[in-house]
Amino acid sequence: MKKTFTLENLDCANCASKIENAIKEIKGVQSASVSFMMQKLVLEAADEQFEQILAQVKKTIAQIEPDCEITG
Amino acid sequence: MNKSLKRLLRRIIAAAIIYILALLLPISFSLQLSLFITSYLIVGYSILLKAYRNILRGQVFDENFLMALATLGAFAISEYSEAIAVMLFYQVGEFFQSYAVNKSRKSIAALMDIRPDYANVIRNSETLTVSPGEVAVGETILIKPGERIPLDATVLSGFSSIDTSALTGESLPRDVAPGDAVISGCINLNGVLTAKVNSLMADSTVSKILELVENASSKKAEVENFITKFARYYTPVVVIIAAFLAFVPPLLFSDTSFSDWVYRAITFLVISCPCALVISIPLSFFGGLGAASKCGILIKGSCYLEALAQTGIIVFDKTGTLTKGNFKVTELKPHSLSPQRLLELAAYAEAYSHHPIAQSIQKAYGQPLQLEKIENIKEIQGKGIKAQIEGQTIYAGNQKLMQELGLNIDKGIPAGTIVHITVAKEYAGYILIADEIKEDAINAIPLLKSHGISQTIMLTGDHRSIAEETAQKLGLDQVYSELLPADKVEKIEQLLTSLEYGKKLAFVGDGINDAPVLARADIGIAMGGIGSDAAIEAADIVIMTDEPSKIATAIRIAKGTLKIARQNIIFAIGVKLLVLGLGALGEVSIWAAVFADVGVSVIAILNAIRALYLCPARH
Repeated sequence: MKKTFTLENLDCANCASKIENAIKEIKGVQSASVSFMMQKLVLEAADEQFEQILAQVKKTIAQIEPDCEITG
Repeated sequence: MNKSLKRLLRRIIAAAIIYILALLLPISFSLQLSLFITSYLIVGYSILLKAYRNILRGQVFDENFLMALATLGAFAISEYSEAIAVMLFYQVGEFFQSYAVNKSRKSIAALMDIRPDYANVIRNSETLTVSPGEVAVGETILIKPGERIPLDATVLSGFSSIDTSALTGESLPRDVAPGDAVISGCINLNGVLTAKVNSLMADSTVSKILELVENASSKKAEVENFITKFARYYTPVVVIIAAFLAFVPPLLFSDTSFSDWVYRAITFLVISCPCALVISIPLSFFGGLGAASKCGILIKGSCYLEALAQTGIIVFDKTGTLTKGNFKVTELKPHSLSPQRLLELAAYAEAYSHHPIAQSIQKAYGQPLQLEKIENIKEIQGKGIKAQIEGQTIYAGNQKLMQELGLNIDKGIPAGTIVHITVAKEYAGYILIADEIKEDAINAIPLLKSHGISQTIMLTGDHRSIAEETAQKLGLDQVYSELLPADKVEKIEQLLTSLEYGKKLAFVGDGINDAPVLARADIGIAMGGIGSDAAIEAADIVIMTDEPSKIATAIRIAKGTLKIARQNIIFAIGVKLLVLGLGALGEVSIWAAVFADVGVSVIAILNAIRALYLCPARH
């Protein structure tokens, strides 16, 4: 499953690439792409693991950039 | 400018004033120091806070932490004025970055502000204003002047002009009349229209385009990925060298001062953020994609922008891409009658036929037919028609028919579809029907050549003679004719293997039945994408108008974007390495390091913003 999320308050380009790298390293993530300019995250992972991976993604983002919020 | 940005600006100004006062006023050292500290805290407290927060989470290579470390280090070795300057300029850089990024995000958003807000739907002879998502296929909508067309529809009544510029980049309005299709996202300029809805909101052109544009940035260019990787290693490496510089040499050489080496380490920390690159490269590509969509060229990702800049071979489909895809009488060659009479006879002979060729003849004749003049129409399968018109026996048909009638037709008949006419068994001349070449295609080929395309090739299912004539008129390098759709894929595969290293192959089609070919090429370009969702889905690049010259525009934008990106990489990495090198030798002041960090960022961002303006303004 491939899903697109909005990253609110993604204000630093370096953080965007750090977040992308960190998400790519989460186990089960097939592909991840963070666009700093569009403030978007495209995440691809297996359907059955998706919810669990998403929870980890949220945690990772909070760790790197606490102001950044992930929505729908 | 948003609230937080305004606040940052006020902090920068306040801190700068205090800083300058502290430098200029004849005051005691302790007072000066306290002013310095005040200034530092005003502009830098947020950095210190973030640094503290991140270090608790173990983020050592966070730029906030490194900035905090560099400035506090400068304080420690009594370089007060440098410490504040570093923080001040760092924040100026941050301010400028946010400002530039917000601005380009907004300008792209404005460009893509084509989403219709509402639709006026007519239900039970009442007009209701509803969200476009609530309108069903087949319902009737009312579009008033000045309104955005909410859904793809067919005009039922009314005449108007439509502004398609938001979608096509075309500044000339298009006239519409009952029966014409109108595309969601365009603006109705002057007349009131009623129209029958052809698609749901989710399937409408405007939704497809927005989806495409919003997802464009997830397909990154190689250059972008390179920068991400570079940034990953750059900061740790610079920081480790800084740590080494601060502690190792003072231990090895007893005659050097500790603070001198700390000073050198600080210059390293100041340059340790790869910000200039990390921000300016995506910004350049973002600008390039924006510039292209301003020109009516939708590109599905930065990677295609990169590929486009490396295109060596362009393969065109013929019908609908280089030609208009409509049959038209292009030549009347009478033998013994007037041209008008020849056309008239042909129109009468073909009066009952619905074949596209017959229709093109009737259209060229353009007058109502008096059907009582026609008698005894007989179709001769695969050859033509025999009819009595005003008492004369007329044959209208192809070469085979003429041979059957025992007439020898001159050689040197041009390429195209020919209808020969005989009157009372005498040869009367022929009518040439051909697909018209787009005027724009004639200019497009030399333009593409001037943009570094080494080969232009045409693939078509048409007859060889027609294909070769078209290719010759356009100045194409190669032509392959009489191909079935599967042959086209095979031909593309052959051409792909013949490509020079590092070059790409682009295929241009109308997207209607060439989806497999579009998918197989390095870059699939669909033409005249407006209203055809098949094309929007299958292609990597969609050209919203039907002008082949837009491909040259796209290549120019792509090359421009890549050039800007490359300039930024070379400039930013070059300056950083230079200052790092000189900094290690102690030849560089913190001021130069500040320039290598903030100054380079600002210049790279300004350069990146140029990409947004790569779409040439239309006359």
